[in-house]
Amino acid sequence: MSDDRNGSGRGSWAYWLLLIPFIALLWVPSYNAVEPRWHGIPFFYWYQFLWVFISSGLTAFVYFVTERK
Amino acid sequence: MPINWVALIVFVAFFGFVTFLGFAAAHWRRGDLDLLHEWGLAGGRFGTLITWFLLGGDVYTAYTFIAVPALAFGSGALAFFAVPYTIIVYPFVFMVFPRLWSVAKRHGYITAADFVRGRYGNKWLALAVALTGIVATMPYIALQLVGIQVVIAAMGIESTGWFGDLPLVIAFVVLAAFTYTSGLRAPAAIAIVKDLMIYITVAAVVIIVPLQLGGYAKIFGAVPPQKLILPPPPPGSLGAYSTYATLALGSALALFLYPHTITGVLSSSSRHVIRRNAALLPAYTFLLGLIALLGFIAIAAGVGDMPQYKPFFAQYKANFAVPALLLNQFPAWFVGFAFAAIGIGALVPAAIMSIAASNLWTRNIYKEFFNPSCTPKQEAQMAKWVSLIVKFGALVFVLGLSSQYAIYLQLLGGVWIIQTLPAVVLGLYTRWLNQWALLIGWAAGIVSGTWMAASVNFAAAFPLRIGGLTAPGYIAVWTLILNLIVTVVLTAIFTALGAAKPRDETAAADYV
Repeated sequence: MSDDRNGSGRGSWAYWLLLIPFIALLWVPSYNAVEPRWHGIPFFYWYQFLWVFISSGLTAFVYFVTERK
Repeated sequence: MPINWVALIVFVAFFGFVTFLGFAAAHWRRGDLDLLHEWGLAGGRFGTLITWFLLGGDVYTAYTFIAVPALAFGSGALAFFAVPYTIIVYPFVFMVFPRLWSVAKRHGYITAADFVRGRYGNKWLALAVALTGIVATMPYIALQLVGIQVVIAAMGIESTGWFGDLPLVIAFVVLAAFTYTSGLRAPAAIAIVKDLMIYITVAAVVIIVPLQLGGYAKIFGAVPPQKLILPPPPPGSLGAYSTYATLALGSALALFLYPHTITGVLSSSSRHVIRRNAALLPAYTFLLGLIALLGFIAIAAGVGDMPQYKPFFAQYKANFAVPALLLNQFPAWFVGFAFAAIGIGALVPAAIMSIAASNLWTRNIYKEFFNPSCTPKQEAQMAKWVSLIVKFGALVFVLGLSSQYAIYLQLLGGVWIIQTLPAVVLGLYTRWLNQWALLIGWAAGIVSGTWMAASVNFAAAFPLRIGGLTAPGYIAVWTLILNLIVTVVLTAIFTALGAAKPRDETAAADYV
């Protein structure tokens, strides 16, 4: 019953990974820049778009690690 | 501007199709619509894919589609807070909301206030949660009408006077009728069509228009440099940095406390559906980022200075940026298709919001305070009537008052709804907090939030002074912190004084 309860059970360490998007995105000065550009798109924009995929991937990873079989 | 007949015919055809779909949805995954659980939560039978469409249609509304690019068009980089906001919301949903689903399933809860009632055994705290939900939702419904209003005007239909209000009235009568008949099944069915249309529209705009305008480097080059990224904060202030971060955090914490999103969560068929969707819903975040870019594409296309759109920009301000961009770059049939996507994008969330508000009214006010012995059939009938009243209230509001009031109230709605976080979200983890402390903390948050918003003339950010440092930030976050401090301190005091705890009808095993 307890595999996917927070704080106990299989893979519960993985929940800590979900804090990473909060830190990365709420620390605004770390990405408020024009350079380096990517195909003419300023860093500020492509970096945040990139985090859509990283965060979604992290959530999926935590899902598979913690989901009961 | 003359009436754009081609666009109008395409628009009406799609509207007619989804109206048919809305009524036909009553027969989809058939259930007894005389039960509130069936009408208002579609029996809790939606799997991963339908929940994905439903929540996507619920969160990314017509108003989003108009207002986010409008903010990018007018203010630049700040508008992009919508992206971190809708990224960090999903890890939060992944952690917290499966617990709400489980406890709701076990005890037959259909609203957040139901849970609060069961957990804390205090009907006044539940009433506060229910009223906050209803009051925060009403202006949100009204704003969906603003989205429809803009596209109707853009098709050349005079938007003043009795005749000008007619299209909006028709759209809402249709919406009210199929919501009454089919309940939550209607917006779920329509959401599938609406989301596909939005995806097609956005894909077309972000691929075709940059090709016409000479690429993304040119588009970002057209954005004034001071709007391209956030301005660096002045000395002694956190400036745009704290504004941007708190807007993202506060909006993310508030989003799934709204009745319409909780309704979406509770209508799913298992907690695993919610967990899977937390990983899958960021697809819409990517879409929202592209939608924000439409504001920059509109700047690059120069629609703001074109004489034919001047009167519309005068009336609708930056909200006309996306309609003008579509009109300027695409043939009329595609404009009709795209406008229909926006219009239908208003119907889905407006339907879910009115259902969610009537669930709250029926369960947590009518049944609790006026008619405790009502039959399940009376309960469902009451909810259906209230869904009509809620929608016509929103319609009268938009037609009778300036839509600016709806925008102000929607902003306040976010500040208000976040004050239910301690009771709802913390309540999913602990019963330590005292029910009266929660109620006083909630009141402190509501009063201080309303005062702060009024003091900055209904802007979202309030410049908080901490010692010599100014931290401008989203009012919802500052007042949530106050709410939490009041709640925790008073809980400690009440507990020390030996305050009684009413019976908690839930058990630890109900949450997993």
